[in-house]
Parts: sequence; structure tokens; C-alpha cells
Amino acid sequence: MDNNNTLFTITVFSENHVGLLNQLSIIFTRRCLNIESVSASRCSIPGVHKTTMTCYSDRVTMEKVISQIEKRIDVLKAFLYTDDEIVYQEVALYKVPTCKLLDEEHLEEIIRRHNARILEISRDNTIIEKTGHNDETEALFEELKRYDIRQFVRSGRVAITKSPHELVDRFLAEQEERKMRIGK
Amino acid sequence: MSENISGAEAMIRGLVAEGVERVFGYPGGAIIPVYDKLYDHTDELIHVLTRHEQGAIHAAQGYARVSGKTGVVIVTSGPAATNVITGLSDALMDSTPLVVITGQVSSSLLGSDAFQETDVVGITQPITKWAYQIRNAEEIEEALGRAFYIANSGRPGPVVLDFAKNAQNQLIEWHGYRKCDYIRSYNPSPGIPEGDLRRVADLINAAKKPLIIAGHGVMISGAEDALRALAEKADIPVGSTLLGLSSMNSDHPLFKGMVGMHGNVGQNFNTNRADELVCIGMRFDDRVTGEPDKYAPQAKVVHIDIDASEFDKNIKTSAKIHGDAREALEGLLPMVRENRHTDWVRSFDEANAVEREKVIKNAVSGTDPTAPPHMGEVALKVSLAAGADPVLVTDVGQNQMLSARYFRYSAPRSIITSGGLGTMGFGLPAAIGAKMGAPGRTVCYFGGDGGFQMTMQELGTIMQYGTAVKIIVLNNDFLGNVRQWQAMFFNNRFSQTPMVNPDFNKIADAYGIANERVMTRAELDGAIRRMMDCPGAFLLNVRIDERDMIFPMTPNGFAVDHIILNENEDIFTMNDDGQQ
Repeated sequence: MDNNNTLFTITVFSENHVGLLNQLSIIFTRRCLNIESVSASRCSIPGVHKTTMTCYSDRVTMEKVISQIEKRIDVLKAFLYTDDEIVYQEVALYKVPTCKLLDEEHLEEIIRRHNARILEISRDNTIIEKTGHNDETEALFEELKRYDIRQFVRSGRVAITKSPHELVDRFLAEQEERKMRIGK
Repeated sequence: MSENISGAEAMIRGLVAEGVERVFGYPGGAIIPVYDKLYDHTDELIHVLTRHEQGAIHAAQGYARVSGKTGVVIVTSGPAATNVITGLSDALMDSTPLVVITGQVSSSLLGSDAFQETDVVGITQPITKWAYQIRNAEEIEEALGRAFYIANSGRPGPVVLDFAKNAQNQLIEWHGYRKCDYIRSYNPSPGIPEGDLRRVADLINAAKKPLIIAGHGVMISGAEDALRALAEKADIPVGSTLLGLSSMNSDHPLFKGMVGMHGNVGQNFNTNRADELVCIGMRFDDRVTGEPDKYAPQAKVVHIDIDASEFDKNIKTSAKIHGDAREALEGLLPMVRENRHTDWVRSFDEANAVEREKVIKNAVSGTDPTAPPHMGEVALKVSLAAGADPVLVTDVGQNQMLSARYFRYSAPRSIITSGGLGTMGFGLPAAIGAKMGAPGRTVCYFGGDGGFQMTMQELGTIMQYGTAVKIIVLNNDFLGNVRQWQAMFFNNRFSQTPMVNPDFNKIADAYGIANERVMTRAELDGAIRRMMDCPGAFLLNVRIDERDMIFPMTPNGFAVDHIILNENEDIFTMNDDGQQ
């Protein structure tokens, strides 16, 4: 039995309909699972929407969640991954007072070391962007703390599989075949 | 040729084009345009006005389940929409095809807390197969087509169409109606790979003690003949879930009864002795499995289901077939060898003989003619007096379990009961719908005094439409099933289960429904005969002793073969030689 604290990444391919996110989230809610992050966008296939979510749970539970997600009419296909099966990123933004940054001599070094970049500098504030894994954006957060972080935000995870195509391809091809059979 | 019609008119024409002959509903502010157009189509679309929206949806469920057609409900927004929630949840659990059209405030008012506005799509998404809001009349054809396609394909279920008032009034160009038969994101009929069939056939052929458990899916897919043929060819005993009852004739020598908490002894005892379970169109509800970790420990479990999310959800399976039950069974039939399992089949009869002696005899008969009859006694006698292929519609509780156990099933789709959700109040309106869906069959409703009063107002519907339903109220002035648990597990502390009831005969009188009262066993036969001779609706108010209980029983949290036989809590045992 898996323990309860593996972080899983769930990728859902769906139609882009009103209420889709609610249809997904209720499946987590009824099992009292917390969605750690969520992000949604188009995917490489025209008209197909991709939602990426992360959730701490065990594999047995998550496999049931996946099949209940796939049961939703507007969902084409859903997949479950652990971190080793995907390439993933998050983006974080930090707003710090410009004066504090200028007082310090280490700023440039910090930006370089963390592979971060400055998006905007005004007289009052500087906005820094860092793309990376959770622990990396968290590390920069820890370091910038002493400059008085005024605002912070981190996006949901986006992930791409190590397979050559979108994994929904096969499902779509089968459905195309069905459509031909039905005679449309 | 095209013409300009309103969205409301388009909706009605779409329903007619979908083959709908009857809708159940209740008008109100946000759906008046649809009711106005309905007025022009009364020759092709019958509307049944119930007394509460919950009654409308349960009636539609009864109609759908007895006929296999999609039940259609039309109600208004706000409170009417929330009144159908119980029925939606019930229909989702029990795989019942419904299209429920709810009125909605105009699009411009959405989100403004307008009068009788409620977030219908948001509320119903967790308890429907699909929910969609129509804000533009141009969407009607596609939305309605999808709704019917989704509701009654794959694993059937309820669909909600939330119909904004502006779309009802909007004029559109109408070019006729085309049904939907394809949705890109939805595959209701996955083909079954031959290898899957072969693997299951091999397991069946190798089994020494195989057992089939037939669920609701057998009847939904029309697999009754294939089921019987397979069972006969391979000589496999068949049990059924509550909703699977009547998928095989009660008198068939291989049919060994119901599984689950109040199922038959042979079934439950042998579930844990079988080396192979073939479970068809069922979902291993906890009322079926008892303690799941102790369920069928010696068996390889084969699961055949159209709903992939049911696989390994509650019980881990050895092999599965994802697809239509009929297609699966017809595919298996030529691959399964003719076989005999004489001793194994007989072991069911031996166990059931013990049940007959220790449980059934006491449940269906009695010696004191001045005492109230038992619930099982009433069910069996009504069933035998009800003519060819009667339909049992139950409420929930003791009345449900005892009538389900003792009713005799001679044709498919003969039991309509709220299995998954266990909705008290389901029975009476569902019986109305069942009678309308199967006018040639005698429809017998069994309810307790508790559940009957939850939707008793539907007697008004019976009166208005002259629906010839036989209403049997098993009246013990108690919430009997809870009382039974209180007696068995809560030290006879009858917390909030005694009920002071009105005179149900006087209530029937007020609705002009013929009725009789049965206080004693001696009065029962004559009253049942007169009820069946009466051409219209009839209410039989039967006095029941509140101490009457349902047995056998597998208590919560125990293995299915831990079976209590009676009030003295005698436990059923039998060794491998069939000896007690």
C-alpha cells in the first residue's frame, strides 16, 4: 500500500465547456482530497483543452479518481503521473521594495544563482520572475525574505510527458473510427 | 422548409422527435413559455401533473425503469429544481435514463439572485451524468439531442437541461430535428476485445464452484436470454442483486435468490465458498459485499460492466470485460463449455432449505388468524394474486426488503425500487410512472407508513389520472427498519421511531380511491382478492406487528456468510457435506 503523501500529477484532456473545472473538482471534494495546484490551457490538438492538477494521495485512490474523471461526458481522457514520468515547471513572481534591493550588494548574485529574471523595476517595487520546480521557487522565496517580499504568487504546475505525442491521440483516433462507422 | 418558432416550441418539437410520448412535471414562472407551447401538442405529448416536483421525477424514474425508455421531467426554476435533486441522485445511483428540463431565469439575470434563481448546473453536476444550461435557443437541437443520447446510452443516467427563459422566448429558424448519435468525448459502446472474452471463458471453464451474480445491467442491456443460456450451458447457479431481481425467473432451477444484507442464505454463504464469481452489470455495493475484505476470499472475481470506473472500485477483480452485458454474454456463450456442477448447485438448495425452514416459513405464514399478518406473507399473497407478470414497486425499509424477497418474478423489469440511494418516498410516485409505462401489467406498490407519508400527496395524481395502482401500506405505526436496528444493535432504545398516523383509509376516501383495512390474518385473502378485482386504484391498509423483522441478516461490517437467522440471533452454519 502506498503511503498517503505521494504528489501525483493529473492531466485531463477535455472539451472546453463551462463548468468543466467544477466537474473535475467535485470528484476530489467527495473524497476529501485537496487539489494542490491547477492550471488549464489548450494543448497541441486543436479544440482540446488540457487541465493539469496536483494532489497528495495514494495510488489506489488516485486511480479511482482518474476513472471517475474519465466518466464525465466532457472529458476525453485523464492520466496519472508521478514526478519521474514527466517534465514539469511552475512559475513564481515576487514583488520586493526596490530600495531594499539597491541597498544590498547581493542582488545580482541572487538573481544569477537562481536563474531568475527581473520583469519590471519601478521606483517603489521590483518584480522578479523565477521558473522552476516548487523547491526552487521556494528557495528563492526564502532568500528574498529579508528584502521584505510584498507580494508572492506561484502558478499551478504545467507538465509534459516523456512520450512522443499527446496521449489522448489514440482515444481520438478510435473515436474518429467510431464516427465513421456511425456514418457521419 | 424552415419556419420561425420559439425556443419553447423547438423544445417541445424536439421531445416529440425523440419519441417522447409522456412527460411528468409541474409548471411555474420560469417555464411558462414551454407549458404554453405544450398546450398546442397535447395530442402527441401527454403531460402528467404530479403534486410535487419530487413526485414528478420519481414517477419518471418508475416509467423509465419499467419501459427502458427515457423518462422526461419538466419543472420550473429555483425550488422546483431543488425539489428534483433527490430523484436525480437516485437515478444516477440506479442507472436510470432521465432528461430533466428545468426552467431558469433569463440569461441577463443569471448570477443576480433573481426571483427563483438557483445554480442548477452547479448543484446538479455531482449527481447527474451531464448537466447543461441553454442560454440561446440556437443550442436547443444539439443540447436536447446530446441529452437523450447521453441519458440512455452506455450506463444510463439522469441529464439536466437548464433552460433560460430568454431562450424559451427567442425566435429561431427551425429546419427540423436531428438526433445525436456521436459525441467526441464519449464512447458508450466500447467494443469488447476477443482476448478479454477468451480469458473470462477460460476462467469459467476451469471453475469448480462458479457463481453468477446478475445486476441491474443485465436488464438494462437486455441480456436476460443470454444470461439464462450461459447459466444453463455451463450449469452455473445464478444470484441477483436487489436491482437485478427479475433478470431471471424466480422459478428457474438455477436461480438461487438475492445476494446481500437480507439476501438468501445459499447465495451469501456460497459467495464465500465459490472459486469463481461472474458479476454482471453490478457494482459491489456495501449492502451486497458486507465487509469487503472478507468478500469471496476463495474466488477469482470476473466483472462485466459498461462503466469502467466500477472496475476495482470496491472489489479487486481477476478479469474484467468492459462493455455491454448482452454483447459480453453472447460473446462468451460459444466459448463456454457445457458443464455440470451438480454437487455445487445442490449445496445452494441445501442451504436455502434451511432458510425455508428457519426463516421463510415463519415470514410468509402464521397460525393465529386473529393476529396481524407478516409483511412477507402479504407480499407473497399479493404477488400470487396479481395475475401475469406483475410489477413490484417498493418504498424503502422493511417493506422493500420483505416484498423484494417474497414477490415472485416472472418477467424482466418486474421490480422498481430505490436501491442505491434508498430514497424513502420513492415508491408511490414511481408506481404511478410504472403503471403508465406498463399499463397492461398489475403494478403493486409496497410501502411502510413512514415512506408512504413522504410522498402521500401523489394520491392526488392517482385520482386525477385514474392510475390503477395497487397500494399496499404495511402499517406498523413505526419506522420499522430503524426500529429493527434499534432492537438488534441499540438495546431496544426506540429513539424517534414510533409514529402517530392518520387513518389512511379516510385519506384514500378523500381522494376517491377504493380501499380496505386488514387488521388480521383472517381478513387478508379476501381483501387482496377484492383489491385485484377492483379495476382502478386501490389502497390496502394492512396492520403489521411492529415486532416483525427482516431475516436473514448480515449485519454491517461482517462477512456475507455471517448470517443471522432470527431474533434469537442464531447464526447459519453448514459444513461441506451440507450438514447443519
